[in-house]
Amino acid sequence: MSAPTDVRVGEYSVRVRPRPVVVVVVLLALAVVLGAVALTLGEFPLPLSGVVDTLLGSGTRAQQFVVLELRAPRVVLALVVGATLGVAGAVFQALARNALASPDLLGFTTGAASGALVAIVAFGAGALGTAGGAVVGVLVTAGIALALLGGETGGYRLVLVGIGLNAILYSLNNYLILRSDLSTASAAQTWLVGSLNGRDWTTVAVVGIGLVVLLVPALAVARRLDLLGMGDEAAGSIGVPVRSTRVVALVVGVLLVGTATAAVGPIAFVALAAPQLARRLAGTTGPTMIASGVLGGVLLLAGDVLGQRLAAPAQFPAGTMTASIGGLYLVWLLAREWKADRG
Amino acid sequence: MTRLEARGVTLAYEARTVSRDLDVAIPDGSFTVVVGPNACGKSTLLRGLARMIRPSSGTVSLDDRPVADYGAKEFARRLALLPQSPVAPDGIGVADLVARGRYPHQSLLRQWSPADEEAVSGAMAATGVAELAERAVGELSGGQRQRVWIAMVLAQDTPLLLLDEPTTFLDIAYQLEVLDLLADLHAAGDRTLVAVLHDLNQACRYATHLIAMRDGAVVAEGPPSEIVDADLLERVFGLIGDVVPDPRTGTPMIIPAGREARQAMRAGVSAATGHDGSSG
Ligand SMILES: Nc1ncnc2c1ncn2[C@@H]1O[C@H](COP(=O)(O)OP(=O)(O)O)[C@@H](O)[C@H]1O
Ligand SMILES: [Mg+2]
Repeated sequence: MSAPTDVRVGEYSVRVRPRPVVVVVVLLALAVVLGAVALTLGEFPLPLSGVVDTLLGSGTRAQQFVVLELRAPRVVLALVVGATLGVAGAVFQALARNALASPDLLGFTTGAASGALVAIVAFGAGALGTAGGAVVGVLVTAGIALALLGGETGGYRLVLVGIGLNAILYSLNNYLILRSDLSTASAAQTWLVGSLNGRDWTTVAVVGIGLVVLLVPALAVARRLDLLGMGDEAAGSIGVPVRSTRVVALVVGVLLVGTATAAVGPIAFVALAAPQLARRLAGTTGPTMIASGVLGGVLLLAGDVLGQRLAAPAQFPAGTMTASIGGLYLVWLLAREWKADRG
Repeated sequence: MTRLEARGVTLAYEARTVSRDLDVAIPDGSFTVVVGPNACGKSTLLRGLARMIRPSSGTVSLDDRPVADYGAKEFARRLALLPQSPVAPDGIGVADLVARGRYPHQSLLRQWSPADEEAVSGAMAATGVAELAERAVGELSGGQRQRVWIAMVLAQDTPLLLLDEPTTFLDIAYQLEVLDLLADLHAAGDRTLVAVLHDLNQACRYATHLIAMRDGAVVAEGPPSEIVDADLLERVFGLIGDVVPDPRTGTPMIIPAGREARQAMRAGVSAATGHDGSSG
């Protein structure tokens, strides 16, 4: 609990907590360092000094091309998609009042994948069509979830409905792959592992704009979501509009997941871990949108760098890396709780 | 005059109707206490008054205006409800929780004013939790925690304050401490208090206005000394007993009848046992 500082000018006042700000600044610095390292990775040999030179405008044309056109989009995309997932995770965890309620466990990521798979399997869609399918998929999933929830969009009900939906959609996805021919199935599998490979600046721009646009309502409901942690009645009693806050948060969370998944395929773990770690680092009780976002970006970029370095020249897709790290993290988390229960 | 009243309201959850066509008026400046058996609809009434649930018919109005017409923060500056089981978020500190009561007075450009500061420290002083300010709510005793929650709704600084079972789960000394605190608040100014209490004797001691409910309906209402008698005990709680003046305060005091008399009543022969059903 770091003491807040109040800045007052006449009638106006702003309350700032120093610790989350420091955490965000440190994470941003980490992202820059990690990004620079990531730019050195690949077949074309280029040391860190070369990367810095190229970014500053000197450097050969070949270096310019490799750094700015091939590698930079991938690095920035990792940061932006990770940030999108981090914010989405913060929204869902606050909404469900449950630290394990990430969109990948609640069926929304799986629903986006279902949409993408239908596009690939039934319509032979290319990259753009697949992305469109993912967006439609997540929206349909959200519609079904809302209908099943019947206006009661929080707490345990959201978790139970989400886990059920996830199981159904997961088997639907398996079925879609099973009944398609080999080359289609392989295209679908490639999309399903979640890779940052071969994306260009256009994808980065689309996700980036999506993130910025969705961040506005996410930040607007952050405080109210935090207050909802006291229970609907206590929060409502101090003037939080419970229903509208929930609905706005759900829509924003779903659109964030849809944007990220449409761009790079399903990415596990980031939306689960980033908000939890951000909260612990920032020492707050509620969702910390900005810190979760920056940390999400750092986690996905780290996953991608690891995937490229771990068994080079063999490459692991970022989604596979985050899923494996996420599995270990979950095991650690559960083991710790189990110990705490027994101890 | 009554600022807060329900007229002909039907209060229901999805499948279950709790109260039908209920009329309740909370007298201004009163310390109103709601009593009644478990599950008779006391919390539901409070939720209806505090617009946590929307009546399926009838209206609840505050200052002659339907409660549904108020903005969320606007309403929360006039009326506060402390629910029966609020949840303290993991790791939250006492001062931070109390400060949340200031939410309806704040905005994007007015996040923490001197008035907020004053209301929070005033509320913590009034409830005796000032020295706990830096502690985590989760590590406090039940009585301390309850006082912190009361501090939060006090910081909200509303003319109307509704509390759902603020003394349940506290030992008798803490119960009286909380009730004394509420009585002090009531005596201090023009605040109207509405509390659900379980202990009928405490209700009679502290209430200026009593609302007795059963099966979702109001059985009787008025000053305790005017409405509490053996007949009311039986009609509200199905309890045989005597009502005598409290030797300390003169307010009505309930003495349940002995076991035999109550069993006899349950057997349907209460009239024949010669039970003394005098009133206080
Ligand atoms: N959220 C709810 N959903 C459905 N039924 C409820 C809910 N809350 C209370 N009830 C039911 O409404 C009735 C009245 O409950 P309540 O107002 O809590 O009683 P009291 O506070 O007098 O003990 C009870 O039968 C209870 O089971
Ligand atoms: Mg109750």
